[in-house]
Amino acid sequence: MSPMLLADLTVFTLALLVGFEVISKVPATLHTPLMSGANAIHGVVIVGVMLLAATVTGIGGYVLLAVAAFCAAMNVTGGYVVTDRMLAMFRSRS
Amino acid sequence: MSAFDTIVHLVYLACAVSFVIGLHLMNAPATARRGNRISAAGMAVAILTTAVVLGHGGVVTTGAVVALVIGAVAGGTAGLVAARRVKMTAMPQLVSLFNAVGGGAAALIALGDHTATTQAAVTGALDVAIGALTFTGSLVASGKLAGRIPGRPLVVPFGRLISAGLAAIAVLFSVWFVGDGSNWLLAVVAIAALAAGVLLTLPIGGADMPVVISLLNACTGTAVAMAGFVLESTPLIIAGGLVGAAGAILTKLMADAMNRPISAIIAGGYGTGDAVTVSAG
Repeated sequence: MSPMLLADLTVFTLALLVGFEVISKVPATLHTPLMSGANAIHGVVIVGVMLLAATVTGIGGYVLLAVAAFCAAMNVTGGYVVTDRMLAMFRSRS
Repeated sequence: MSAFDTIVHLVYLACAVSFVIGLHLMNAPATARRGNRISAAGMAVAILTTAVVLGHGGVVTTGAVVALVIGAVAGGTAGLVAARRVKMTAMPQLVSLFNAVGGGAAALIALGDHTATTQAAVTGALDVAIGALTFTGSLVASGKLAGRIPGRPLVVPFGRLISAGLAAIAVLFSVWFVGDGSNWLLAVVAIAALAAGVLLTLPIGGADMPVVISLLNACTGTAVAMAGFVLESTPLIIAGGLVGAAGAILTKLMADAMNRPISAIIAGGYGTGDAVTVSAG
């Protein structure tokens, strides 16, 4: 195992533990917004797609990159906006 | 490590902190909206930082920049318009659609990457398998909630046997890929996982879909973390792991709130979603 992999594995394991702990007693009304908020956070995949841009070559690579960028950008912008709309509703109701 | 790399790393760390704090604030109604905005701000900074990194490195070809910008602008606009226009009642299926494309993007990263290390191969195979499965699984879940696919449990003949076969194919070709490194092997894993995603979600009734979407959301988080291992990118590993674990806990909370064990939900065959239940008396 390379030192880099060990460092990555450490970070990943600790991130998992933080993820388990960060969700505490959530009222049922917040379940869907919280799911949507978490969905928006994995939109960070857009950062990965941008990093991929440094390595792809050829038409096939560019097409794959464009499709991946489309998907990731849709996830991240749509995810945050729809979560915000859900929470706006929630606030006005309570 | 140059000063530039150090600063980039620290900024990414700050973004990761904003995701954790944002998610934590979403536990309570009073702070939830602020939490989402803190997390969004962190995301914006992460994207800008990555753009600076790409510009600083100077290794990106013009073609790649054009492909990236066209894809991102089109996808971002589509997501924005869909999120703004969607009716309140249709929000869960839209979240599922966003989850699907997130999983798809994670799978495409591994398919497009050419890093030939064992680490990249193992995590890349996992990324493709999980990402492709959540892509079709979330699309079916979204279709069921939207009524495009019947909400009742659709039991496929020999569905479990076929799923087991697909899983075996995915494992076999993943192992072969780790040894060989040819990308067509990874494509076979992707196809098997795409089919498995459909097969596993079809038998689940519409009433159980929110829990399934939450589970698939956790899967996408894990796929994104795997993509982070492939690319050696810490923000992806942190955010992906965070969502993977938080999504798993949330799935359990949602299943508990419905008084349904997760294992029974995954097995399917319950809850029609569109039928109206008439109780006597």
